[in-house]
Amino acid sequence: MQVESFQYDNKTVRNFAIATIIWGVVGMTVGLWIALQLVFPTVLNLQPYFNFGRLRPLHTNAVIFAFVGNGIFMGVYYSLQRLLKTRMFNDTLSKIHFWGWQLIIVAAAITLPLGITTSKEYAELEWPIDIAITIIWVIFGFNMFATIIKRRERHLYVAVWFYIATFVTVAVLHLVNSFELPISLFKSYSWYAGVQDALVQWWYGHNAVAFFLTTPYLGLMYYFMPKAANRPVFSYKLSIIHFWALIFLYIWAGPHHLLYTALPNWAQSIGIVFSFMLIFPSWGGMINGLLTLRGAWDKVREDVILKFMVVAVTAYGMSTFEGPMLSLKSINAVAHFTDWIIAHVHIGGLGWNGMLTFGILYWLIPRIYKTELYSKKLANIHFWLATLGILFYAIPMYWAAFQQASMWKQFTESGQLKYQFLETVTYMRPFYAMRSLGGVLYLSGAIIAMVNIFKTIGQGTLVANEDAQAPALEKAYTKHTGEHWHRWIERRPTPFLILSLVVILIGGIVEIVPTFLVKSNIPTIASVKPYTPLELQGRDIYVREGCYTCHSQMIRPFRSETERYGEYSKAGEFVYDHPFQWGSKRTGPDLAREGAGNLKKSNAWHFNHMDEPSAISTGSVMPSYSFLIDHELDTATTPLKINAMITLGVPYDKGFAQIANQDLMVQAKLLTADLKKDGIEVGPNKEIVALIAYLQRLGTDISKK
Amino acid sequence: MSVIVLLIAVSVLVAGGFLVAFLWSVKSGQMDDDYTPSIRMLFDDEIKDVKKSPTKNNN
Repeated sequence: MQVESFQYDNKTVRNFAIATIIWGVVGMTVGLWIALQLVFPTVLNLQPYFNFGRLRPLHTNAVIFAFVGNGIFMGVYYSLQRLLKTRMFNDTLSKIHFWGWQLIIVAAAITLPLGITTSKEYAELEWPIDIAITIIWVIFGFNMFATIIKRRERHLYVAVWFYIATFVTVAVLHLVNSFELPISLFKSYSWYAGVQDALVQWWYGHNAVAFFLTTPYLGLMYYFMPKAANRPVFSYKLSIIHFWALIFLYIWAGPHHLLYTALPNWAQSIGIVFSFMLIFPSWGGMINGLLTLRGAWDKVREDVILKFMVVAVTAYGMSTFEGPMLSLKSINAVAHFTDWIIAHVHIGGLGWNGMLTFGILYWLIPRIYKTELYSKKLANIHFWLATLGILFYAIPMYWAAFQQASMWKQFTESGQLKYQFLETVTYMRPFYAMRSLGGVLYLSGAIIAMVNIFKTIGQGTLVANEDAQAPALEKAYTKHTGEHWHRWIERRPTPFLILSLVVILIGGIVEIVPTFLVKSNIPTIASVKPYTPLELQGRDIYVREGCYTCHSQMIRPFRSETERYGEYSKAGEFVYDHPFQWGSKRTGPDLAREGAGNLKKSNAWHFNHMDEPSAISTGSVMPSYSFLIDHELDTATTPLKINAMITLGVPYDKGFAQIANQDLMVQAKLLTADLKKDGIEVGPNKEIVALIAYLQRLGTDISKK
Repeated sequence: MSVIVLLIAVSVLVAGGFLVAFLWSVKSGQMDDDYTPSIRMLFDDEIKDVKKSPTKNNN
């Protein structure tokens, strides 16, 4: 067999590695900042661009897509070439992939503080960036598959399977969830409404965790852990079972994010069953990773890279134990909307993704620079800072969450709610402070890592093109040489028919579903009416400011919630909500019935509260939104928005778009006149007026008879 | 709730795609050897300096 010589591309790997560490530090810094905002709300919220609601999506997007994203590509470009014994298919594609991805990150970093957001968690980026993501992702996939095709190693190592699953599934998730109707360059409405939008979003949201934060990193684990330990994975058979079981189960687990919500019960149950089953492949994978070190634990004592990896895999095991547990209804009833979930995702993020990324960086950078790591001591310090950081982060958050949940649910002997919501907020403050300390530790570790890695880079020289040799792939394997692949199918009419059907189905789904969706948006509750133009504009401000990052709009059917917030939420109430605003976290109280029943406040209260929340509610951690008093509402968009809503099936009268602004002004003037009674002078054309109108509308529909 | 039709259809398509990939991998012998690949991946790197042919086991 002819041995062929070729070269591995290390430059792209290096680029992604540097991007990983830089964006990692940036993303974690934003995380620390927003953590501290909850401790020092008045000092650290710099409105409007750097308020919590705008920065929190920046943090999540930065650590997921910039830090972990670049980490994935770094690891994939390194390991794929070596596993397949070939250079990446095309250097230009690699380069476009790298720079395209960085541009997307920069675009995110600019647009999110500007309030340009779809408000769908981890999919906040607006439609032009969504399109850019699609293009770059396809380039990555093409480059990867073309590399797989020209491989010199017949067998696809299990890591490659994980990469393939990542590419395919993320592509599908992104496309389905980003179905939106643009009304301008920077604003679009989700095609789905209310409960449907929520289901699509969390089908996406959960699978983003599964196929962006988990499967690619499992691929990396199966490559870099054996490499770092220089011993084969404990059981290759188990890794194969791990892979297939995991990908077949993961995609159905999404509804566990919507337990006890207005989502139909049967859909919730599917989510629970699959989420629970996930513990088996996940733990199989964890055990496989840890047992790879069987008989080599003495190495772990000395080798800092292995230490990072052991903590990473342990954190994977903890998160994937916690995940199925949190999916059980009885546990979810306590944990949902609390900081428990924040602790849970940080065990995954800081522990699994973070520690594995740093382990890989420390292993890979010296190799492609043909040098030693600059300082093992610094890496050890980093390891302890990071490990302690995770503990200091998670333990206060778990503790806080138990307290938070119990305080929300506690009744006095006479059957009254024992605590005001605000009391639970002020109770959380020391825990938020301790959590920030964990963040400081973890971040300082990451900065030390950055220094260490740049010093390592400085003392070595990059082997941009690494020489390698491997025998060519034997061609004998293909059975029908000279035949086109579709000959096979042509000889088999039945499978051909089925395949054609599948192809047609895809087309059909894409075409039929939108209209289908619009029709199903007909309300089942007659008193639920579309938003007025002013309320719609106000709602878009609510979306822009990221209010959903702290306020839910979903009252679950528990007495502790119905007592506090009013009648539990019904699916029919959300039929005009493009996008839905159920939220996933209650740093502040639920707002689903903010304008109704006992919760109803005066317009003046809302005005003063937006101006300076802590002046109205002492101890509130909400940022000031006083800029809304000065900002003028952009009413030029009103007709566009109404028309877009009509396209999406919201039953406004024909021609309403033309008179929408008149309607808006009438309502705005009524509202400002009411404010004037309380001595507040504000123009009807200000954003605050629209936002108050929206808040006053919340939950009022079903109390109308 | 009609969107669940879309989600199930898409999920089934993805799962179906994986099923095809799984059947292909089994039929084409990807899973026949469940030991060597784990060893082989350890041996493919350090061929740079010395003129040593890669330790490529046949399977």
